Amino acid sequence: MFPSPSGSVQQLYIGLFETGILATALAESLQRIVIGFTLAVLIGGFLGVLLGVSKIADETLGSLVIALQSVPSIVWLPIALVVFQGGAGAIYFVVILGGTWAMTLNVRMGIKNVQPILLRAAKTMGYKNTELIWKVMLPASIPSALTGARLAWAFGWRALMAAELIGRGGLGRTLMDARDFFNMDLVVAIMIIISCIGLIVEYFLFSKIEKKVLSRWGLTNSGS
Amino acid sequence: MERVMITEVEKTFPNKEKNQSFTVFKDLSLTVEPGEFVSLLGPSGCGKSTLLNIVAGLDQSTSGKVKVGDTTIKEPGSDRGVVFQEAALMPWLTVLENVMFAINKKMKKEEAKEHATKYLKLVHLSKFLHSYPHELSGGMKQRVAIARALSMDPKVLLMDEPFGALDEQTRMMLHKEVQYIWEETKKTILFVTHNIRESILLSDRIVLMGTRPGGIRKIYTVDLPRPRVPASPEFIQLEQDIMAILGGEIEKVMKEEMGDDFNSQKASLLYGTDRNMGNHI
Ligand SMILES: Nc1ncnc2c1ncn2[C@@H]1O[C@H](COP(=O)(O)OP(=O)(O)OP(=O)(O)O)[C@@H](O)[C@H]1O
Ligand SMILES: [Mg+2]
Repeated sequence: MFPSPSGSVQQLYIGLFETGILATALAESLQRIVIGFTLAVLIGGFLGVLLGVSKIADETLGSLVIALQSVPSIVWLPIALVVFQGGAGAIYFVVILGGTWAMTLNVRMGIKNVQPILLRAAKTMGYKNTELIWKVMLPASIPSALTGARLAWAFGWRALMAAELIGRGGLGRTLMDARDFFNMDLVVAIMIIISCIGLIVEYFLFSKIEKKVLSRWGLTNSGS
Repeated sequence: MERVMITEVEKTFPNKEKNQSFTVFKDLSLTVEPGEFVSLLGPSGCGKSTLLNIVAGLDQSTSGKVKVGDTTIKEPGSDRGVVFQEAALMPWLTVLENVMFAINKKMKKEEAKEHATKYLKLVHLSKFLHSYPHELSGGMKQRVAIARALSMDPKVLLMDEPFGALDEQTRMMLHKEVQYIWEETKKTILFVTHNIRESILLSDRIVLMGTRPGGIRKIYTVDLPRPRVPASPEFIQLEQDIMAILGGEIEKVMKEEMGDDFNSQKASLLYGTDRNMGNHI
């Protein structure tokens, strides 16, 4: 009944390479998080630019975004299940919602903090309106956008696991199935996979990109 | 090379809170001849930057007009290159890309690259084409900013205390470089400075501005042969003439800012002719 290390590793091996239930579940979860995360970054990035650039949008939508951000996105699942009739759409909805607001707020901040002198300089070189957004504001806010993306991934991943526990398919559902069969070794095996994915992406992928960006933008303390 | 004509320009900042507005200057007229090097000199807050920004199109005048050649200025444009006190380089672009940024809209990539390289060579930065701004010293950054402004081949070059934040040695070197560039390119240059010596060293004419009421106090024509020698008697004479009037203006500003605590004898010790004056000493 109680999980053992050797049993968990064995389940991990069987699930990934023999029966393939873990491999299938992992692939499904990864597909969901990648699509959900990408959409969260795109939507959040767009909203962030909008709030950063337009005062009217910021005054009307800004506090709404802050309010939404404080709601854990999994709370939306019941409504989403009704709206999407229990389909996979509900899970995507929750994952996207989980990441969007963090992205929005960080991009907004990045845009607002662009040094005015850079915009003035660009204006003297004939840049106007949307060109200023594309050529100055967006590149200048990449470091904060990256922080936003990192958070969006973290929130999105957590939201996905929670949603899958209740919903259908993926690692979360398999975790619940394993519990229903009292297969605690499998439960632990799945938990290992979940934490490994989180670790690899958050600490290897993002921190590598972050390091590169920060040094190129001249924002690191070392070396300058 | 183009004439800059400033005609009866007024700048008033509205103050929303107290319902009272502040007029920096009004009825200010000045003509900078094609190829001329003119300095704007004056105490802090007299409106040097404001005037330069109006010419740049970054600020709108309340009334009056500014013409560069035959066109009336309404907005910023690449016919006027601007160099600020801070280099204002895009931190995510290399030195070369920063200069190309100014001309990318006008020419193809290869051409822009060639062009940018040429101007970076002019300011002696060929070795640093692929460095990022944070890897450069303050003086080098400022040279990139100058190359960037020049690469657009503007009719007029506007410089707002471009060397204000640099140390004395770097500044002296850049004075030489600016003189060389001016002689090479024959640009019309409008140059803001606090520094009397700098203005005498570089300019054909020095426009001395004052406050309350703001505006032009006096215009000096510098008739000394180039390169100018700060130790020559004529140089020193002019320096002292300007100092006499500028000192009075600075005193006015300080009295305004400090109220009755101000002691002009003590204060006069605080500034010498070669210092950056009025910088809220
Ligand atoms: N946005 C603004 N709103 C209100 N007043 C302003 C604004 N910008 C400038 N001023 C005022 O206009 C005056 C002129 O400012 P300006 O920056 O042109 O002075 P300056 O001669 O360049 O001074 P410095 O030598 O210190 O750079 C100052 O008294 C300043 O307080
Ligand atoms: Mg100024």
